[in-house]
Amino acid sequence: MISANLSAIFYLISGVLFILALRGLSSPETSRQGNLFGVAGMIIAITVTFLSIGNFSIGFVVVLIFLLVGGLIGAFIAYKIPMTAMPELVAGFHSLVGLAAVFVAIAAFLNPEAFNLGTPGKIKLGSLIEMSIGAAVGAITFSGSIIAFLKLQGIMSGSPITFKGQHLLNGLILISIIILIYLLCSTQSSNLFWILLAVSFLIGFLLIIPIGGADMPVVISMLNSYSGWAAAGIGFTLENTALIITGALVGSSGAILSYIMCKGMNRSFFNVILGGFGATEQSSSSQNKEQRPVKSGNADDAAFLMKNASSVIIVPGYGMAVAQAQHALREMVDTLKKNDIKVSYAIHPVAGRMPGHMNVLLAEANVPYDEVFELEEINNDFANADVAFVIGANDVTNPVAKTDPESPIYGMPVLDVEKCKSVLFVKRSLSPGYAGIDNDLFYQENTLMLFADAKKMTEDITKNL
Amino acid sequence: MEIDPFIFRLSIFILSIFVGYYVVWSVTPSLHTPLMSVTNAISSVIIVGAIIAGLAGNSNTIFNISSIFGFLAIGLAAINIFGGFLVTQRMLAMYKKKKKNK
Repeated sequence: MISANLSAIFYLISGVLFILALRGLSSPETSRQGNLFGVAGMIIAITVTFLSIGNFSIGFVVVLIFLLVGGLIGAFIAYKIPMTAMPELVAGFHSLVGLAAVFVAIAAFLNPEAFNLGTPGKIKLGSLIEMSIGAAVGAITFSGSIIAFLKLQGIMSGSPITFKGQHLLNGLILISIIILIYLLCSTQSSNLFWILLAVSFLIGFLLIIPIGGADMPVVISMLNSYSGWAAAGIGFTLENTALIITGALVGSSGAILSYIMCKGMNRSFFNVILGGFGATEQSSSSQNKEQRPVKSGNADDAAFLMKNASSVIIVPGYGMAVAQAQHALREMVDTLKKNDIKVSYAIHPVAGRMPGHMNVLLAEANVPYDEVFELEEINNDFANADVAFVIGANDVTNPVAKTDPESPIYGMPVLDVEKCKSVLFVKRSLSPGYAGIDNDLFYQENTLMLFADAKKMTEDITKNL
Repeated sequence: MEIDPFIFRLSIFILSIFVGYYVVWSVTPSLHTPLMSVTNAISSVIIVGAIIAGLAGNSNTIFNISSIFGFLAIGLAAINIFGGFLVTQRMLAMYKKKKKNK
């Protein structure tokens, strides 16, 4: 048994360690150490909790069993998960944080004595407000993440699901959540608590279904942020500093990532959340472009072009993840490097399905991180490069974003791929990308389309080099 | 008049948001995926609340409804803690610098 003051100090230490864990991520060298700070913070928080309760009876054994079983499942998932499935994994993990927050809120509501919050039916007002906000946000995180997970996993269609009056319905539900919290706090009725949870689950579901696959980076970051706010809400209820600090850190982290992702698409946050991107734009641009001539080539042509280049820039996108082509790509690059060709990688902020998705895949394929560049760092280099090799990316290379104010993606920052001497575009077909618009790059004089599966094409090029 | 302890917690909360804001902006974009998995792991410190709920009952009533929710939350949070930190470690181990630098 340790005193409340002492345990509060330890919780503060673990909060500081969590800050250091995030701080470590400012560079890959310090990041591994940062992760260990995070682990240390977690061990301190859990140990102190056990010591401050000081109940080592049979209940303690049950707690340890749940801890171990959960831990084993988590460790198993962490080792088995392929890197291409990271977005699904993160969405799945967010849903667990959300559900855990809901369960803790339920436990606190049913047994407030255990948390020094009063007695059932007479919970302290402040605690009840914090608890119900934590529970509601947790429930939204849970059901929202489940939908995001299903969409990323392909179990549910990635296309936006919209219906008439959707925004009105969502607005009404959000207002009803606020009213429910108000009523709950004035009546302390447990029925209202359950209704609040049910409605929050429902709104989480409704908020995410209209958002399409390529907007997932924003959604995942947003849910990341929600899971933080839910934790902070519960932290206020439990009067626990570690939880409050962590909740605030995670909340702002997710919010910043959402902002970066929105900026990468030149869209406002509300525009993404309200969903249905590009759905109305297709009709105007589909007729006249069908007949434009396209140069297509095979692996042999591509190998010839690259062999005679002195610098090559690779532009990976979600298609590379789908085709699992990152290893084949690295092998191709190795062969190029043997021929003294300078190779670098250009990553668009919203390439892939989550922030940093492409970087992880390239790292997995043993691509050194100092060959991988962000949009601002590398965009000027395209003009001097001989070959741009676009693999699985589409909309993020579309020059229309710079030239056509009518285009739905106008103003979005894009990679200046068209400035390269020649462009190799690996793609299955000419179909438009997610934004539903044609890519002018396909029809350029210096573009050679390579119609094939990304992985197979890359392997074939390597053979021909 | 004494200051409500809530105000102190609120101060910590607000200041932590600012700390988080500046720390996260300094995270290099190539590590944004590990950032998400590690924030996910640390937000599972919510397990603290779950443990309190789970250990609330005495030996006769280990399994009342409240502590059962506590136990379930412990299991969920534990998946996240172990899964989150380990997968982050696994990802970070892959980030390597160029070996042969002339």
